[in-house]
Amino acid sequence: MVDVREIKTVEHDVLIIGAGGAGLRAAIECSNAGLDTAVLTKSLLGKAHTVMAEGGMAAAMGNVDPRDNWKVHFRDTMRGGKFLNQWRMAELHAKQAPDRVRELEEWGAVFDRTPDGLINQRNFGGHRFPRLAHVGDRTGLELIRTLQDHAVHKGRLQVYMECKALRLLKDGDRMAGCVAVWRETGRFLIVRAKAVIMATGGGGRAWRVTSNSWEYSGDGLTMAYDAGAELMDVEFTQFHPTGMVWPPSVRGTLVTEGVRGEGGILKNNKGERFMFRYIPERFAPETADTEEEAARWLAGDKNARRPPELLTRDVVARAIKAEVEAGRGSPHGGAFLDIASQRTAEDIKRKLPSMYHQFKELAELDITKEPMEVGPTLHYFMGGIRVDPDTQASTTVPGLFACGEAAAGLHGANRLGGNSLSDLIVFGRLAGLGAADYIKGVSELPALDEDQVRDAIRWATSFLNRESGENPYVIHEDLQELMQTKVGIIRNATELSQALEGIAELRKRAENAKAHAASQYNPGWHEAMDLHSLLTTAEAVARAALTREESRGAHTREDFEGEREEWGKVNIVLRKLDDGSMEVRKLERDEPPEELAKIAFATIEDLEAGRV
Amino acid sequence: MSKRTFRVWRGDAEGGRFVEYNVEVGPGMVILDALHRIQAEQSPDLAVRWNCKAGKCGSCSMEVNGKPRLSCMTRISDYEPEQIITVQPLKTFPIIRDLVTDVSWNFEQNKRIPPFRPKAPGPDGKLRMWQEDVDRIQEFRKCIECFLCQDVCHVLRDHEKKQNFVGPRFIMRIASLEMHPLDTVDRIPQTLREFGSGWCNITRCCTEVCPEHINITDNAIIPTKERVVDRFYDPVAMLTRKIRGEDPARAREEGKVP
Repeated sequence: MVDVREIKTVEHDVLIIGAGGAGLRAAIECSNAGLDTAVLTKSLLGKAHTVMAEGGMAAAMGNVDPRDNWKVHFRDTMRGGKFLNQWRMAELHAKQAPDRVRELEEWGAVFDRTPDGLINQRNFGGHRFPRLAHVGDRTGLELIRTLQDHAVHKGRLQVYMECKALRLLKDGDRMAGCVAVWRETGRFLIVRAKAVIMATGGGGRAWRVTSNSWEYSGDGLTMAYDAGAELMDVEFTQFHPTGMVWPPSVRGTLVTEGVRGEGGILKNNKGERFMFRYIPERFAPETADTEEEAARWLAGDKNARRPPELLTRDVVARAIKAEVEAGRGSPHGGAFLDIASQRTAEDIKRKLPSMYHQFKELAELDITKEPMEVGPTLHYFMGGIRVDPDTQASTTVPGLFACGEAAAGLHGANRLGGNSLSDLIVFGRLAGLGAADYIKGVSELPALDEDQVRDAIRWATSFLNRESGENPYVIHEDLQELMQTKVGIIRNATELSQALEGIAELRKRAENAKAHAASQYNPGWHEAMDLHSLLTTAEAVARAALTREESRGAHTREDFEGEREEWGKVNIVLRKLDDGSMEVRKLERDEPPEELAKIAFATIEDLEAGRV
Repeated sequence: MSKRTFRVWRGDAEGGRFVEYNVEVGPGMVILDALHRIQAEQSPDLAVRWNCKAGKCGSCSMEVNGKPRLSCMTRISDYEPEQIITVQPLKTFPIIRDLVTDVSWNFEQNKRIPPFRPKAPGPDGKLRMWQEDVDRIQEFRKCIECFLCQDVCHVLRDHEKKQNFVGPRFIMRIASLEMHPLDTVDRIPQTLREFGSGWCNITRCCTEVCPEHINITDNAIIPTKERVVDRFYDPVAMLTRKIRGEDPARAREEGKVP
């Protein structure tokens, strides 16, 4: 029997789980509001997945092309998301991103500059104008270091490093904190708080080929779901078109879209620039249809249309897969991404330094001389915890908030590159404000239910205590194989059903996983605990994907081709029922405000001429 | 595929030993891949700290055949086929378990450095900086905080002067603030008195191990030391100040020193 009083307990106003861009931005806002703020991170500070973001953060500042403004950014985001985004979130994001980027500069960020000394902006897929504030190809590192260095000087802000949240605690319906475990000592920690903000990212580690780090085990989504939160849009998992494909040990590692933003082109093994054959009707009026026009665009001709390599990620990923399946792939099953023929070696090293090093050191390939081999890699969850657009509050659990990749709504069916980093800082701040506002109405710390703590600890220690059981690494590998083959880029009902059966089998095995040795810094134990999150996330994706009988954005069903009008009117929402099963329901979308609908559906000519 | 032998340090603060593992090695594999294979197939509890496996987060620092390295960016094929590869934790920091060390001291040093405080924006409300003026601090800002430079620094590693010297990582952090075109804070007196810039004797070991290829010594440490020297050890300036009874730090604050 666990004596709860012997477990170290700390008390804060607000608990933020996750210390990436969203978590740190939320923490800064909470601290500004005078709240006693705790940040829990399962890694060291500054190592979160945000560091891997490369290309930039999208904000319509108009520093490079003055024609840009929030309306165009909003329209791009809605079109990229195939109109399944939450209208209000896309509006808030487009309007507020420029201020958030400028604020980073006031906190010490050093972005690349325009000739007249302002923040430079680069082109990216799906963005009409050069819009991504960037630092070479390491923008995520700049973001996280800026927030980190700013946050550590904030008052009443405590960071708990290498401390992993296990389960959310509730007092009745509302949030009361969490049970966590220190990785170093294996000791448990109870964090009591009036509000909890989930900034835990996504769940890409359920797939074999992924750009995601080990942290992306879906534990934030799962903890929230287990506590009664709704998940939404989880069928939309983004496969980034350009991951490394060779050598095998780095398969999936990200190759920034910045390569294409800087002019990189995609070719098949016949030397054909195949993207011209995959331009969707919706984007045809705004996409170059000859190599000559694409070249003029790269040279800076403002009347030329964008090259098809800069179509949205869903389109490019499917195109590469189709080329490979038609036998026109590169030697290791990808496509050729060529920047060497488009830019000088000096330019490449200056604008894409970490790509240059990554290929040099991991693949022994000089990208200034030879093309890269690339293929799709699971990169991002558009879906997540369903929240109120303005406050980021969970729709069902009072006191629970979510922001960044852990929250759903901004990106709809497909995220534009560059909209993630801006998402973190816009909605991280709003979640902080939302939590601060909520806490005004909570006078006392919610009660601690010792049974919930005991239950969580009993579960966690069961993996260590049982006599024998299966190796958790093997179960994880089997899940990755299952998701890779059955819940991939192209899906169908048969395979998705098989995936669900497979997940149910794996669940039984996961419950009997065994972690050897003691609890101090034991990765095997954490792997065993992560299986619950990985499997819950995988099940959510598979169920939602099976339900959505159409192809839209990142979700492609070969048995239901094309977008279907009726499916454009609903989002898929999941919730845990009392019997433990997963409820799937279609949620009717609200009619958009007239003003926003006009902007989103306007022709680009009308929008640019100010007729909207 | 071929088999290779790895000697991996296993233990904790109380002590430990090297354990040999034979691992199947495939094309392109890095040290971290081998450690993951050991976890999956032989010792699930082998403690390794890692995150991104792409050389971007700086978590998986360790010593491979005696050299501080990022294990995710160190290819196994860089070592002779018959060579046994020895993997051990960073020496400069206390061991937690196996290959994981307690690097929290570094985070404490960062907190001591006075943060960035920008100038007011220009008349148009905008902050302006020119690319040629930020090139050098952008080099420092490539730092992924892997702490390999801290691990190899003699002052910290062999002389254990952690109470005297913040180490190359944080002298570089100071440099990135001091050379920031918009920053208004003066950290030079503290750099000498509290952060111990004088302890560095420029052996360049930090620069050699930097996985981001930052020229820490020449571009960050030496210019910072020069600023300290200009302020405190320039004989003409020292004499002038002595005659006038001035304190250099105060003089700077009052705008008497450019």
